[in-house]
Amino acid sequence: MTDFSKLNIRSALKGLKNKEFTSTELTEFFIKKIESNNKLNCFITNTFDIALEMAKKSDLKIQKNENIGPLQGIPIGMKDLFCTKNVRTTAGSKILEKFVPFYESTVSQNLWNSGAVLLGKTNMDEFAMGSANTTSFFGNVINPIKSKNNPKELVPGGSSGGSAASVASYQCLAATGSDTGGSIRQPASFCGLVGLKPTYGRCSRFGMVAFASSLDQAGPITLTVEDSAIMLQSMVSYDSKDSTSSKKEIPDFLDFKNFDCKGKKIGIPKEYSLDGLNSEIKKIWDNGINWLKSAGAEIIDISLPHTESALPTYYIIAPAEASANLARYDGIRYGYRAENKSELNDLYEYTRAEGFGKEVKRRLMIGTYVLSAGYYDAYYLKALKVRKLISDDFAKVFKECDVILTPTTPNVAFPIGEKQSDPIEMYLNDVLTVPASLAGLPAISISSGFNKEQLPVGLQIIGKPFDEVSILGVAKTIEDSRGF
Amino acid sequence: MSIDNSTVKKVAMLARIKIETSDEENLKGELNNILEWVDMLKKVNTENTDPMLSVFNESMPMRDDNPNCLYSNEDILSNAPDRKSGFFIVPKVIE
Repeated sequence: MTDFSKLNIRSALKGLKNKEFTSTELTEFFIKKIESNNKLNCFITNTFDIALEMAKKSDLKIQKNENIGPLQGIPIGMKDLFCTKNVRTTAGSKILEKFVPFYESTVSQNLWNSGAVLLGKTNMDEFAMGSANTTSFFGNVINPIKSKNNPKELVPGGSSGGSAASVASYQCLAATGSDTGGSIRQPASFCGLVGLKPTYGRCSRFGMVAFASSLDQAGPITLTVEDSAIMLQSMVSYDSKDSTSSKKEIPDFLDFKNFDCKGKKIGIPKEYSLDGLNSEIKKIWDNGINWLKSAGAEIIDISLPHTESALPTYYIIAPAEASANLARYDGIRYGYRAENKSELNDLYEYTRAEGFGKEVKRRLMIGTYVLSAGYYDAYYLKALKVRKLISDDFAKVFKECDVILTPTTPNVAFPIGEKQSDPIEMYLNDVLTVPASLAGLPAISISSGFNKEQLPVGLQIIGKPFDEVSILGVAKTIEDSRGF
Repeated sequence: MSIDNSTVKKVAMLARIKIETSDEENLKGELNNILEWVDMLKKVNTENTDPMLSVFNESMPMRDDNPNCLYSNEDILSNAPDRKSGFFIVPKVIE
């Protein structure tokens, strides 16, 4: 009998193909895992009936050896901002508590077409605005990993906190995430996983609840680098329903296996050695450098001079775009509506005051302010110009190096309840992930070591536009060198 | 630039978010802290820099203008908080 809790996507696909077990058995195993891990609060909505039905269909296909998809029979979690037809989609918000889409997001449809099985919709920060999964209307998610010295419950990171925590606790084989400023990579780092944000435009945004449209990208959170490539392959597509969906050729992401670090140039940006960078993380970064060196890579020092401007730039652009995107939640066509309001403006104002949580309202206020008459040039337009400088910094260094290696986060997972009093303290979680987001570059976080409390530390590999294969390849080298 | 209570009220009105007078002080403090922090961008020289609205640089051709109807009236109204005879219901807006 196979030990299902030791599987990953690759080994599960093999077992299914060799008929060692069925998708139904696998799905039943994960349903039990989800039920017994209820207290971690990883899922907002369970879809067990749908899962068993999808598993049954997969089993039939595998049995008949007909039209077997690349993820046939693999149970996954779906972040609750991908619209799923006839399955409630909340984006972690009260304002969408009862929203049931009548259409399917392109990314989730692609995954179903590949044969994946939907176990449920994973918890997340409200509208993906958060770095600890503490802003969800449906309660915070608990990281399954604990410090060996401290019994306190830790955050899983955010905003894809439910996705990361569910994969880390084997409640599903993989999960989707979305990344606007680090929302895939940071939780993957906090939960000891692999999280990949592809190049902007690789995954369609159609049917993803919008946060900041010039930054939002879907991507996978998985146990291994190979699983990341398999999931990514099934998520990406050109989609005419998204005007910024890329028509660039989609490579075989599994080609990362042919990637050789030998002779590749790895850039180490000096500006990422922040004052606040934890010394144990610095050490693991050095380990990463040494592993790549041993694999034959050439390490070069680079400079990305506008790095320190990236976070404030992000906290102007993202709220500005959010304030426009979230204008749609007005209590008229769908979502929460405040009761007993006879005047239209009251209806809008009370619906939004009651329907949105504190952090979302804070960002909508900031976004509205920086776009308002008299402040637009000083804040929004200024941020767009600095964004160009940040993007140009990357374009320049990518003439010298193939990929960039940095830590994913300045710190490890912290206890639930910390960093709640000062919003900026929470925002600083994303200081190392935001620059690649602003430049639209692909980036992956790979678990690379542990601090002395046995908490995982992720390293981030940033690649050239549309070169996901190289970042997967470098991540694989680290995965093979890290010794766990 | 520091914002005062009347700006907080104005921004809340523009964002269509009802705020209680008792929240104004708190919001003012939080927003000012964030704005003070992002003010560090002022020292970045952007004199000869164009604004970057998106990293997407592929062409965005118009799609063919073929009428199609993917969703039914029932679909569109299926999540409406209030509906009647195939329409959304809103508070009365004209006298």
